[in-house]
Amino acid sequence: MAIEVRIPTILRTYTNGEKAVNAEGATLSALIADLEANHPGIGDRLLDDGDLRRFVNVYVNDEDVRFIGGLEAALNDGDQVVVLPAVAGG
Amino acid sequence: MLTIDQATYDAIVAHAKRDHPDEACGIVAGPEGSDRPVRHVEMVNAAGSPTFYEFDSTELLALYKQMWDNDEEPVVVYHSHTATEAYPSRTDIGLASEPNAHYVLVSTRDCFTADGNNDGPVEFRSYRIIDGEVTEEEVTVTPTETRHPA
Repeated sequence: MAIEVRIPTILRTYTNGEKAVNAEGATLSALIADLEANHPGIGDRLLDDGDLRRFVNVYVNDEDVRFIGGLEAALNDGDQVVVLPAVAGG
Repeated sequence: MLTIDQATYDAIVAHAKRDHPDEACGIVAGPEGSDRPVRHVEMVNAAGSPTFYEFDSTELLALYKQMWDNDEEPVVVYHSHTATEAYPSRTDIGLASEPNAHYVLVSTRDCFTADGNNDGPVEFRSYRIIDGEVTEEEVTVTPTETRHPA
């Protein structure tokens, strides 16, 4: 099972500069664990205290995961996951 | 140094004035690696706030997909401060996530006069924000190229 994950510029230090990597997992939570296993450090940039970070957006097939179950969002072979930091400030 | 053409500069300032007293935000995309801001995209401030801005998450994805398709990147990421100076706030620094971008801050705090005019001075400043470190840079505004018929 392969899911393509689009990595934003700021996190490419964890993926040897790769813009996209393949990962596995039946849920977003499992996918992030798999990403962390292959790209140590990246998990901490996505999660804070076991939750998705407030200013990190993750999309599954163009849906913001916050609307489809968050970390429990179900994933299937061939899904497209995009990680994008929020563009925000004060 | 940020080099930006007059028309784009004016459009960013106009956007900031229009959304005052809420913060305005947007980007100027350009060809990847070119450092040339050419395509201005106004974004909705989903926070709709005088002290905070955030691109709507659905619009953010649409914007990035468009840029990927065009081989573009965000050359300028801008937002306005409506009551404080055009300097990145602690939140701005903490959330800055485009190490290649020029972060432009526009302050509209002095541009609205008591008699209802909005032609007071606007601050327009640019910064690099990398790993929490802010470096101000010079802004050069160039005349807008007009396309002449061949």
